[in-house]
Amino acid sequence: MAKRYMAIVFRHLLTDALALRRPELKEAQFVLAAPVKNRVIITAASPAAEQQGAFTGMAVADARAAVAELVVVDDVPGKAAKLLRLLGLGCIRYTPIVAVDMPDCLLLDISGCTHLWGGESGYLKEIVLKLRKAGFDARAAIADTIGAAWAVAHYARTNPIVKPGEQSKAISGLPPAALRLNDEILERLKKLGFRSIGPLLAMPPQALRRRFGSDLLLRLGQALGTIEEHPELLTVPVPYVERLPCLEPIRNAPGIAIAIEKLLAALCIRLQAEGKGARKAILKCFRIDGRTVQTGITTNRGSHSVSHLLKLFELQIAKIEPALGIELFVLEVPRVEEMEAPQEQLWAFDKGLADNTLAELLDRVAGKIGPQVIKRYLPAEHYWPERSVKVAASITEEPTTAWPAQLRPMRLLNPPELIEVMALVPDNPPKFFVHKNKRHNIDKADGPERIGREWWRDSGEHRDYYVVEDTEGQRYWVFRSGYYDGGDAQWYLHGYFA
Amino acid sequence: MPVEKREMIERLQKNILQWEGYRPPPVGIRNLVGLGMVEAAFPNGVFPVGAIHELVCSSSEQAAASGGLVTGILSVLMQQGGVCVWIGRAKQLFAPALAVFGVEPHRVIFISLNKDKDALWVMEEALKCPGLKAVVCELREMDFKQSRRLQLAVEQSRVTGFVLRNAADKLGSTSCAARWQVRSLPSAPPDGLPGIGYMRWQVDLLKVRNGQTGSWVLEWQQGRFIPIEEIAVTEERQVG
Repeated sequence: MAKRYMAIVFRHLLTDALALRRPELKEAQFVLAAPVKNRVIITAASPAAEQQGAFTGMAVADARAAVAELVVVDDVPGKAAKLLRLLGLGCIRYTPIVAVDMPDCLLLDISGCTHLWGGESGYLKEIVLKLRKAGFDARAAIADTIGAAWAVAHYARTNPIVKPGEQSKAISGLPPAALRLNDEILERLKKLGFRSIGPLLAMPPQALRRRFGSDLLLRLGQALGTIEEHPELLTVPVPYVERLPCLEPIRNAPGIAIAIEKLLAALCIRLQAEGKGARKAILKCFRIDGRTVQTGITTNRGSHSVSHLLKLFELQIAKIEPALGIELFVLEVPRVEEMEAPQEQLWAFDKGLADNTLAELLDRVAGKIGPQVIKRYLPAEHYWPERSVKVAASITEEPTTAWPAQLRPMRLLNPPELIEVMALVPDNPPKFFVHKNKRHNIDKADGPERIGREWWRDSGEHRDYYVVEDTEGQRYWVFRSGYYDGGDAQWYLHGYFA
Repeated sequence: MPVEKREMIERLQKNILQWEGYRPPPVGIRNLVGLGMVEAAFPNGVFPVGAIHELVCSSSEQAAASGGLVTGILSVLMQQGGVCVWIGRAKQLFAPALAVFGVEPHRVIFISLNKDKDALWVMEEALKCPGLKAVVCELREMDFKQSRRLQLAVEQSRVTGFVLRNAADKLGSTSCAARWQVRSLPSAPPDGLPGIGYMRWQVDLLKVRNGQTGSWVLEWQQGRFIPIEEIAVTEERQVG
């Protein structure tokens, strides 16, 4: 399909934005200024100030002489880039491919987008009117190439839509500056009397290269469409994306759920056909007040099941704030995974951890409460009880060592709790211990099991563990920290046995 | 005529049991979860899988003992390589202990939650998941409505649910298939040897739907439950 591009130029980007923020400046003659080499230079002038003769690039002192009531505002560096980025993001509703061209221009790849607004003139009118209504002095042009659209948007006074293949006719009457050339080349062209692009088009390329370098040829080729141009995109388009514009703005949860279901149905057909499963999906809701709210889900295993993904999104609907209404839903899948085609099962045998329903359950839990609450433990090669388990990295990770064969308590206190103990003989198991003001008389005991500190990790005493059973039959894991040394050894309760 | 009537009543009773979710026992299978004579207390003489069991725990010690019993049952349920979900409070259950009861801890997925509301939601979702063998959930309390929701969930999926209830003072009625209480008993080392013998519990069935309540003493010996009959009488008297 033939490419069509649109260039939108904001002639008073900075001053328009400031006037929006400070309405009292709207009619005033004001300029933005920044110090350059000990002089304060105007970086942007409002339309009213320009009428009076204050232009960008003038020193503020000169401008004050020309304009009596000049208001000077400090320029914030980087403001233009930020504004253009925001405006560009706003334009994503018209086309997914938007690029910023500093200092004052947006470039849109509109191939195949315009019919939704009733053709190119309706499309252009819609965007320009919307931007003008928002308070920006915007002008736009549509052409086959970025160069031609840029030139027409900046310098043409009439017809902003260049018909396919008519780039050379459209730009031939425009000044050479419309070719996005640097000042040095422009100066040379001016000296040689080139006041418009037309005569340049008639000259042989070799002569142009000899006199002006290859840059001019590149720009000419880009404007005419013989050389392709790839601007840096504002947002990289996601390969798996579905859009759902709404006739009426959607404002309630059931409406959003229906929209998500429609998007998922379309997307999952595509994923299924390509044998892919979504690992991560993002839903962007464009509201009629111009803001975008988004929410996302992730899955443990690739999925192209509409019902499962819908369940995950349903948990997120409460977080979407529709405000006055949502007019466009966009569903993006930035991460996909190859999926094996599920084999027809003759017998429903146990798949254990690889089971699909289990992965879906964990996705839902992670979506509602958070992935940090789900844990699987694997044995770690440490005797120290607190370190004897590690959290598994994935749902299917298998243990590399065997689980310890020693008796371990069902419940582990973390950290161990201090108890008071009476032992008959040093190095004997305790006779009784007091925990939480309750005395437990000990009837039977096993031990000690000495567990040494891992000195290469931390310093401290070793532990002598005893399994003790009180007269009621309750079994505890207690330990003495360090050696019995003159009676000041500390005893701790560390766990309850079944 | 009375014979016909009795037959009819028996048939109807069987039907009612089936409607309530109790399947007739698989032919030739007794001792389904290795609990021995305890299982005879249940309808049809079979431990009801695909139902909710609640275990009442009034202290940390009892919670640990109940956990032991549940893990012992899980080891049988998960024999053919199933997976189980354990919903509990953060950092309480110690995974290696499950290995003592014959459950591979890496086949258990732990979900640590601090709110009962979240735990109930996760449990209900987990019970609807046919890929699981069992779901264990530690809760503070549970009312009838919540237990009914859980029961409805398992009737579809045939997953077995265990609820460990910590607030033993608030025992309302629930729709669970059975209410258990497990308490540790002093172990008896063989031949008067010093040290601690096999883990021994008193297992009480406080309520059984369509079954008999009762009290038993069980020991965990070499990977299975062994009922201790002769001591049961005296121990019961001691406990009072």
